[in-house]
Amino acid sequence: MAAGQVIRSEWTKIRSVASTVWTLSVAVVVTIALGMLISALSRSQFDSMPVRDRLSFDPTFVSFAGMTLGQLAMIVFGVLVVSNEYSTGMILVSLAAVPRRAGFLFGKVAVATALALVVAMATSFAAFFLGQAVLGPYRAHLGDPGVLRAVVGGGLYMTLIAVFSMGVAAMLRSPMLSLGILMPFFFLISTILGNVDATRKIGRFLPDQAGSRIMQVVPRLGDERPYGPWGGLGIMVLWVLAALAGGYVLLKRRDAR
Amino acid sequence: MIELAGLTKRYGEKVAVDHLTFRVRPGIVTGFLGPNGAGKSTTMRMILGLDHPTAGDVRIDGKHYDQLADPLTYIGALLDAKAVHGGRSAYNHLLCLAQSNGIPRSRVGEVLEAVGLTAVARKKAKGFSYGMGQRLGIAGALLGDPRILMFDEPVNGLDPEGIHWIRNLMKSLAAQGRTVFVSSHLMSEMALTADHLVVIGQGRLLADTSMADFIRQNARAYVRIRSPQRERLLDVLHEDGITVVEAGGDALEVDGGKAEQIGELAARHGIALHELSTQQASLEEAFMRLTAESVEYHAQAGPEPESAPRDWGAGWKGV
Repeated sequence: MAAGQVIRSEWTKIRSVASTVWTLSVAVVVTIALGMLISALSRSQFDSMPVRDRLSFDPTFVSFAGMTLGQLAMIVFGVLVVSNEYSTGMILVSLAAVPRRAGFLFGKVAVATALALVVAMATSFAAFFLGQAVLGPYRAHLGDPGVLRAVVGGGLYMTLIAVFSMGVAAMLRSPMLSLGILMPFFFLISTILGNVDATRKIGRFLPDQAGSRIMQVVPRLGDERPYGPWGGLGIMVLWVLAALAGGYVLLKRRDAR
Repeated sequence: MIELAGLTKRYGEKVAVDHLTFRVRPGIVTGFLGPNGAGKSTTMRMILGLDHPTAGDVRIDGKHYDQLADPLTYIGALLDAKAVHGGRSAYNHLLCLAQSNGIPRSRVGEVLEAVGLTAVARKKAKGFSYGMGQRLGIAGALLGDPRILMFDEPVNGLDPEGIHWIRNLMKSLAAQGRTVFVSSHLMSEMALTADHLVVIGQGRLLADTSMADFIRQNARAYVRIRSPQRERLLDVLHEDGITVVEAGGDALEVDGGKAEQIGELAARHGIALHELSTQQASLEEAFMRLTAESVEYHAQAGPEPESAPRDWGAGWKGV
């Protein structure tokens, strides 16, 4: 089974369903629009901020504020790409055409990841430039130390969120179950775990908490996280690999449907 | 050629497929017959490597399914007409399958033409009727021009024109020397299309025989007679040593094809006949007897007799 054949096939699949277009469009629009809104609010509130906050003001990170919501659309994209196969029954036809489970899953994930990466990277740069334009006098420049890393990292972060969702969906198969677990987890639970003293030490190793470190240029005061920007992204990559491995093992062992 | 050797599938305690061993040969239509829930679909999914056998083995042309390079060019299957992403067009559905197996794009148009879906090729599959979905599934099976074709209950939900089309398609595919393996729970359907018959019940092999042999062994011929002078006729037949069975209503039945003999006998004694016809006991009855035995056997042997297979016959008694 030539890998190129599976890639071409999966590309046809992904471009021929409406959910690809609307999930990715929502991710782009929400991330950029919300980032600009928060940037505008930050600019107007800057003078009334405590000195402590003004010292650690991170214009780059502020322009990425839309990702907290935008990542939810990336989660929906990642989940639907995989679980569509199960909810439609298409999986029977797909696995009959590509019986080797590794070729099937990783071909699909590779195509969806490539598409997510292009969209996420464009979104990250757009969110940065538009956000900085709104921030005006408080803006950061792409040439400033650590800023380019943060913007590229923003694109990688959104991509990895989508890939993690693909792995989880491959394990759980049901779109509703996958979304029902992933959405509240990334929108609420992870944030709570990361902000409550008792759970902070565990919370900061969760995929989104660790991964989002790369988007910060100015470290927060009192940041005790035991990893740097790339270390944090590395932790997120480990989560993604674990989810994909779990998805592959279950796909290999289970009956098709 | 599809070869099953001791193929077994268990779901916990329940045995869905129980040591099936048989071959599906090229050049003929092989009917795979069994009541609903007999394990036909599970067997077909194992042939395609979709479900993992608990024990045993199944090979296609001597290879396991996942060892086939570009499997759609070896074996094409219609398992479930609804196994399509409803948001995708018929053309793109077939295109992604073709690409995964290195089948040229031009072939997509050909199979759409062959199943009569060219006009709706760019329409989303969710707007398709069941029959159109069935045709799309068959187009997918034909896509790789495979030597082996497998259809799971292909006539279900089709209109008479569609049923006629599928029957002819299967026969012509077999006539081209291909292996055609088709499942059904309707004996009458199999009698029209299949050359060879594999019957299963509760996952066990009950018969593996040519259709002609099955008919010869199971289709009892008898003569059905109705007469206004019923009592006199009974006496006359009795005197001639003919055993008569009283059937429902005022009809009488005599085993064997003795219509001429009975007609002449009646004429000689001046008995009027309202009906004198040679009948074939239906193959449905023979099939039901065959599978009912397997149900009874299981009811005695197993700790938990299952009630479901007992009522499957109700649906097609009138066919």
